[in-house]
Amino acid sequence: MNAQTTIETPKREKLVVIGNGMAGCRAVEEVLERDADRYDITIFGAEPRVNYNRIMLSPVLAGEKTFEEIVINGQDWYDDNGITLVGGDPVDHIDREAKTVVSRSGRVEPYDKLLIATGSDPFIIPIPGNDLEGVVTFRDLDDVDTMLAAAEKGGDAVVIGGGLLGLEAAHGLSLRGMKVTVVHLMPTLMERQLDEAAGYLLRQELEGRGQTILTSANTKVIHGVEGKVVGIELEDGTKVKADIVVMAAGIKPATGLAKGANLECERGIVVDDHMVTSDPDILAVGECVQHRGACYGLVAPLWEMCRSLADHLTEQPSGYEGSVTSTKLKVSGIDLFSAGDFSGGEDCEDIVMRDASRGIYKRVVVKDGKIVGAVLYGDTADGNWYFDLLKKEEDISDIREALIFGQAFASGGGALADPNAAVAALSDDAEICGCNGVSKGKVVQCINGGAHSLDAVRSTCKASASCGSCTNLVESLLAITLGEDAVASGPKTMCKCTSFTHDDVRRLILEKELKVIPQVMQELHWTTPDGCSSCRPALNYYLLCAWPGEYEDDEKSRFVNERLHANIQKDGTYSVVPRMWGGLTSPKELRAIADVVEKYDAPMVKVTGGQRLDIFGIKKEDLPAVWADLNAAGMVSGHAYGKALRTVKTCVGSEWCRFGTQDSTGLGVKIEKMTWGSYMPHKFKIAVSGCPRNCAEATIKDFGVVCVDSGYELHVGGNGGIKVRATDLLCKVETEEEAMEHCAAFIQLYREDAHYLERTAPWLERKGLDWIKSQLFDDPERITRLAARFRLSQKYWQVDPWAGRAAGAHKDLHSHIAEIRPLEMENA
Amino acid sequence: MMSATVGKWLDIGPTTQIEPGTARTLPVAGADEIAVFHTMRGEFYALVNKCPHKQGPLSQGIIHGDSVSCPLHNWRISLKSGEALGDDKGCTPTIPLKVDNGRIYLLREAVIPTGPFDEPAPAAQVAAA
Ligand code: SRM
Ligand SMILES: Cc1cc2nc3c(=O)[nH]c(=O)nc-3n(C[C@H](O)[C@H](O)[C@H](O)COP(=O)(O)OP(=O)(O)OC[C@H]3O[C@@H](n4cnc5c(N)ncnc54)[C@H](O)[C@@H]3O)c2cc1C
Ligand code: SF4
Ligand code: FES
Repeated sequence: MNAQTTIETPKREKLVVIGNGMAGCRAVEEVLERDADRYDITIFGAEPRVNYNRIMLSPVLAGEKTFEEIVINGQDWYDDNGITLVGGDPVDHIDREAKTVVSRSGRVEPYDKLLIATGSDPFIIPIPGNDLEGVVTFRDLDDVDTMLAAAEKGGDAVVIGGGLLGLEAAHGLSLRGMKVTVVHLMPTLMERQLDEAAGYLLRQELEGRGQTILTSANTKVIHGVEGKVVGIELEDGTKVKADIVVMAAGIKPATGLAKGANLECERGIVVDDHMVTSDPDILAVGECVQHRGACYGLVAPLWEMCRSLADHLTEQPSGYEGSVTSTKLKVSGIDLFSAGDFSGGEDCEDIVMRDASRGIYKRVVVKDGKIVGAVLYGDTADGNWYFDLLKKEEDISDIREALIFGQAFASGGGALADPNAAVAALSDDAEICGCNGVSKGKVVQCINGGAHSLDAVRSTCKASASCGSCTNLVESLLAITLGEDAVASGPKTMCKCTSFTHDDVRRLILEKELKVIPQVMQELHWTTPDGCSSCRPALNYYLLCAWPGEYEDDEKSRFVNERLHANIQKDGTYSVVPRMWGGLTSPKELRAIADVVEKYDAPMVKVTGGQRLDIFGIKKEDLPAVWADLNAAGMVSGHAYGKALRTVKTCVGSEWCRFGTQDSTGLGVKIEKMTWGSYMPHKFKIAVSGCPRNCAEATIKDFGVVCVDSGYELHVGGNGGIKVRATDLLCKVETEEEAMEHCAAFIQLYREDAHYLERTAPWLERKGLDWIKSQLFDDPERITRLAARFRLSQKYWQVDPWAGRAAGAHKDLHSHIAEIRPLEMENA
Repeated sequence: MMSATVGKWLDIGPTTQIEPGTARTLPVAGADEIAVFHTMRGEFYALVNKCPHKQGPLSQGIIHGDSVSCPLHNWRISLKSGEALGDDKGCTPTIPLKVDNGRIYLLREAVIPTGPFDEPAPAAQVAAA
């Protein structure tokens, strides 16, 4: 203080720090900055080295940095500040009575204030083999050295855990020349930081770089030979070879010392806003603590904690209030950012932008006019800006419309915040449609020339006619040029999740070879993260129709009836309708049905309007057993629940009826055997009548056959439901084979063209009978090709869904997790 | 016959027993059945398995974002609050749930309702179904 007077330095208070890591040393720096002379400081470190930047271990593993480059405080820092570093000697014991700590080597150090900054321990999943040689964690420099030694020999690496840490390990190891497989328990990589859409993009990128990514993959055991790891095995039996297994399945706060000293601990060491534990002389900071219920695994919160801690230790208390965190993945060439709560919710609004051609996905979650979360992939330039708005809880209502385009675009404020104004500000030669190379000037010219709707623009100058991602821009131009109100609304979009129509989506699935739902959503710029209950079933159908044999059905995108293969009733039970081919049955079938009714106490059994029997009131748990019994009598699912072929009604026909002209019953059975199991845009009903008296009501069916002396009249597009529509006559054929071929071709045309949930009647009225006839008859090959595609699809789809369930597939759909019973009831 | 350590939370098993994008059920003797949901984004929620409209089993609906569409008449119910969304009005009770170390826990007192005189909640046991 005073340079002249030499007073004896008072005995300084003794501060002991356990943990020479990021938080421990930062806390010391903060204290020194406030009052360099106050404490006599000793730091214990389990690692035999000076303080370094742990987060940069990833670049060290990847070969992008050396250890020297990541040291934060070298030995000179300790020396200059009079700090004693006890390295490579962990503290084993805290004696709160004596106020001392005892290290492994037996060193006893007294303290006035003690700071615990022991960080976290890697979580070792409790499976057999986790202690084999070659199973490593990723936490400190020794781990990195172990991995580098293994990588030198090349070979296979398995990383368990597809979070931040696991993916950085995988990246490093694959740059070091190992063949890497990432095994992740959850379906989405980095599911804590990323939503499904961004996780999908990340996965694609990593797979493109040669990594194998296994999600929803639960590691069951690590196999070894002579104590050394050789591979892993998953719950489902999959085996993966491995010379090294990296456990990156999570971390847990290192609370052992604190617990041993009876300090209050839950998940972490419980601290107050000044980082003080349940003992006023013991503080804790970093990943080992739990503050207001939260534990952190990132560095940003530690810096804030260290400031409050130092304020407290130097008697100028401030108080830490918890942190909002953001994440970036340190894998070169992958830009990814996430912050806050992006799980959304009822009062939240998702603003999504997808740009498939540039591989960009952005999602900002807004609640009450404020940003609460953000996920950015591919373009993270605005990450910090969003994060800043989020932390400051800034009201963004004024820039809401332009928010997703980023800071440069939105923060112009006022005029520029209006997307129309932003588009108006573009120069005439700015490109609007990248696919067709159409400039703004050209679009405006074509609007002025009379193209007053989106469709008209598309057909005149082609803008937005291909991938459609510039639709918004074209709509803005229409609004600017014609005035907001003059814009005629374009064709209806599939649902509010997309600006594409059903037709667009069906066409683009084929053109762009889109094969799974998340891919469709990404490529076609869906504005919701995982769609809604109206687009998901539609996409599932479009994909299974487009890629028979390849597409794997997505059960969770199906309506309950198609998921449980039975019709849900108003009381939550199900009805079961087995197929009765052409309305024919036998004593054996009737007996089996009667047995099921009795055995499962079904309250009702009824003859349906579709010529078969419906068993009511079956519980979801009993369904597989009911089906097993019906299967045993040779009966399969009647698909009474499906957007699928329902029934083929027949009349008795020439075999018995005095007016019958052909074997309508026989043909009906043959047609049903050909078409059952096929999924369609909507339900599909067929009937075959033996003569024009039409007892099977064939002329109100989707496909109806009326037999006549000279052959078969084929009728299409009938409907007996809400709005009755009689069929149109398609054509007349002479043989059963032709009738069946036409039937298959017509169904396939409907399957490939109609919108989901559009029955043949409205479809036919929308497209016109002439269009349908021209599709079928203009080219003589067409019928054969359509019918062949139908048969190909049937190769994969004509399977009885009941049989699989009866044999135990998807058990979880039919069983409860468990039952909860109060104990006293148990004893009663 | 039970080692009846009655904690605040009831362990109902591992997270892996419910596939993302699906839900499963837990019947409760003497109370309403519970539906446990796992969203596509990996979150878990528990609600009484009854739609506020006409008691449709919500566990059987299509799950999207953090809402479920009821299988009976397509009301959309928030998994977070149990409220009907959009123009519909009504609310399904939610059950506090937490996930810890790969296991799902329900708040015991919300599962086993206390009696009319606010007696303490009886102990409960989870029996494998
Ligand atoms: C069981 C049955 C009534 C009966 O007891 O006879 C029936 C029952 C139902 N019909 Fe039907 N329809 C039944 C024959 C019919 C018929 C007659 C026919 O097929 O010859 C028609 C008129 C013909 C037609 O479809 O063109 C018919 C026209 C409808 C409609 C209106 C369809 C339309 O396009 O307008 C619906 C509503 C819908 O599908 O959206 C419907 C919907 C339903 C649903 C699925 C209502 C629902 O969504 O839950 C009922 C389910 C009952 C269940 O749980 O099993 N049902 N329904 C018949 C089952 C036939 C079968 O064996 O599979
Ligand atoms: C590879 C990797 C990459 C990461 N990347 C990022 C990132 O990009 N962004 C981000 O925000 N975070 C990242 N993290 C997390 C970040 O490193 C941690 O949040 C941070 O290091 C926590 O600091 P800490 O001081 O609490 O723990 P640590 O830094 O682990 O320090 C604790 C220290 O205490 C020592 N210790 C433990 N017990 C004792 C004992 N009994 N006696 C003496 N010493 C003991 C330990 O050896 C360790 O050195 C990454 C972590 C790793 C491992
Ligand atoms: S007519 Fe109406 S009430 Fe009768 S089964 Fe069909 S849908 Fe149900
Ligand atoms: S019962 Fe749920 S919507 Fe009617």
